[in-house]
Amino acid sequence: MDNFITRRRRHELMVAGGLLVVAIVVPLFIRDVTALNVIILSLLFAGLSQAWNILGGYCGQISLGHALYFGMGSYVSTLLYVHGAIPPSIGMFAGAAVGGLAALLVGWPCFRLSGHYYAIATVVVGEIGYLLFLNWDYVGGATGVYIPIAKPSLLNLQFGKDKLPYLYVVLAFCAATWLAAWLIEGSRWGYAWRAVKDDMVAARSLGVNIFSSKMAAAAISGAFTGLGGAIYGLYVGYIDPDSVMAGHFSILIALPAVLGGVGTLWGPILGAALLIPMKELSSSYLGGSGRGVDLMLYGAMIVVVALAQPQGVVSLFRRRAHGPA
Amino acid sequence: MALLEIDGVSKSFGGVAANVDISFAVTEGEILGLIGPNGAGKTSLFNAIAGEVTPDAGEIRLDGAPISGLGPVACAERGIARTFQVVRSFDSMTVLENVMVGAFSRAGHAPVAMRAAQETLEFCGLANRAGRFAWQLSPPEKRRLEVARALATQPKLLLLDEMLTGLTPTEAQEGVQLVRAVRDRGITVIMVEHVMEIVLPLVSRAVVLNLGRVLTIGAPAEIVKNPDVIRAYLGDRYAAA
Repeated sequence: MDNFITRRRRHELMVAGGLLVVAIVVPLFIRDVTALNVIILSLLFAGLSQAWNILGGYCGQISLGHALYFGMGSYVSTLLYVHGAIPPSIGMFAGAAVGGLAALLVGWPCFRLSGHYYAIATVVVGEIGYLLFLNWDYVGGATGVYIPIAKPSLLNLQFGKDKLPYLYVVLAFCAATWLAAWLIEGSRWGYAWRAVKDDMVAARSLGVNIFSSKMAAAAISGAFTGLGGAIYGLYVGYIDPDSVMAGHFSILIALPAVLGGVGTLWGPILGAALLIPMKELSSSYLGGSGRGVDLMLYGAMIVVVALAQPQGVVSLFRRRAHGPA
Repeated sequence: MALLEIDGVSKSFGGVAANVDISFAVTEGEILGLIGPNGAGKTSLFNAIAGEVTPDAGEIRLDGAPISGLGPVACAERGIARTFQVVRSFDSMTVLENVMVGAFSRAGHAPVAMRAAQETLEFCGLANRAGRFAWQLSPPEKRRLEVARALATQPKLLLLDEMLTGLTPTEAQEGVQLVRAVRDRGITVIMVEHVMEIVLPLVSRAVVLNLGRVLTIGAPAEIVKNPDVIRAYLGDRYAAA
C-alpha cells in the first residue's frame, strides 16, 4: 500500500542513509582533535536525546531523571571491567540492560502519577541515585573510578589517542537510536504511545493499555540511555557521580529534543547539532570563569524557541500539511 | 437476542446518585436511544458500559458474560467502542493515523491496520481528509473521525455520546445517515442525545432516564405521548395540557 505515510517513511530512511554516509566520510578529513571531540559529543547527545525522545516525545512522559540511567549504564559497564574483567564491548550491553531495568523500576510507582507529577518524581529519583552513588564505597564513592588503560582494540573499546574509532562507535549508537525511533514510529507501539501522549482516555477506549505502553517506552528509553552512558564513561576514561549522574545531565539529555522538536525523528539530532558545539565552544573559550554561561545560553535558546517556534527547530523544515488537502 | 444486558446498575459519585437500579436489554442489530434531560445520568451509564467507571451495584453483561468493572481496555477488546461528548482527537497525528490507533486493536501489523483504517475512513466519508492533522478538521468532521476511530476496532456495540448535538440540520442529517449505515453493517448502536426530534426518528426503541432512574422504555411513538416524559422535559404545566 502506497500512501503519504509509507512515502514519508521511505523518504526519512533515505535521508538518514545519506546523512550516515556523510557522517562516515567527513571525519576522515578532519585532523583537529577539538573538532573531533565536539563531533563525538554531539553525536553522543543526539543519540541520548533520541533515547529520551522515545519516552518523553513519543509517549509524552517527561523525564527529568535520565541521568540516573545514564550513570548506571556507565557504572555497570565500568565496574564489570574493573572488578570482573568483562570487556566494555560486552559490558556496555549489561549497562543498557540495567538502564532499562532501572527505568522500569522508576516507572512502576511513578507512572501512576500524571503530568507534572511524573516529571517531579523523576527529578527526585535521579537525585536519590546521585546521592547513593556518592556515598557508596564499593563503586568508588565521591572519588570515582578510573578505567584502566588497556591495549587499544574494539573488544576493549579503547583506541588510545586515536579519536576516529570512538567517533564511529558513537555514530553507530546515534544511528541505532534513530533507527529504533523510526521503527517505533511505524509500529503498533508507536501509534499506541502517541495516542497515550495526546489523550489517555481516548487511547484506552480504543484498547490501548496505558500503563504497559509507558513501561515499554521507559524500558527502551532507559536501555539506550544506559548504553550511551557506558560509551561516554569509556570515552572520558574516568567516572564519578558528578561526571555521569549529576542532575544537569538529565537536562542536557532532554534539551536537544526539546530544542529540536519533541516527538520528531530529527528533533534530537538537530537540537544536539546546535546545542553541543555551542556548549563546548563557550566552555573552552571562557574556561573555568565561564562556568554557567553555557546554561545561560541554553536558557536563552529555549525561550527563543518557545516563543518563535514551539514545535521546535525541526518545524522550520516541515511542509505545512502533508498528504492530500 | 440480547447483546447487552444492564441489570440493576447503580452508581453514586460522593452523595450524588447518578444511576439508580437501572435495568434494560439491548437487542442485537438495533439502534437504541438513551435520552433524558441534562443530569439524568446518561453519560454516567455510558461510562459504566464502556468500562470507564465501575458500578456500585448491579451487573452489565455483553453476550451473557459480565463486563462491569473490567476497565475500558478489556471492554474495547470484547467489542465495545465509543465516542465522547467532548471530542477527543489525537491532535499530533493525521486523520489516518488516528484511525490506525483503533485498527491496531485488531491488526498486528502496520500495513493491515493502515488498510483497515483507510477503508473505515472511506465508509465514514473522510477519505479525502486522511492526510490532514486531526486538529485541522471542522467540528462535524471531528465527530466523524471519532466514529471512524471507534469503528476501526471492529466493535459489536457502538456507543455514541451526543454525536449529533450542536450540528446544523444538514450536518445532523448526514450524521443520521452514517448511524444507519453503521447499523446496516450489523453493529448495534446506543446513542445518547438530549435533542429528541433528532434521535427519535432514528431509533427502534428509546430508554428515557430522569434523575438517575429509568422513566420509561418504548418505541418512539409511545415515548412522545408518555405524560411522564413530557413532565420531565417540559414541566407539569405541559403534561396537563
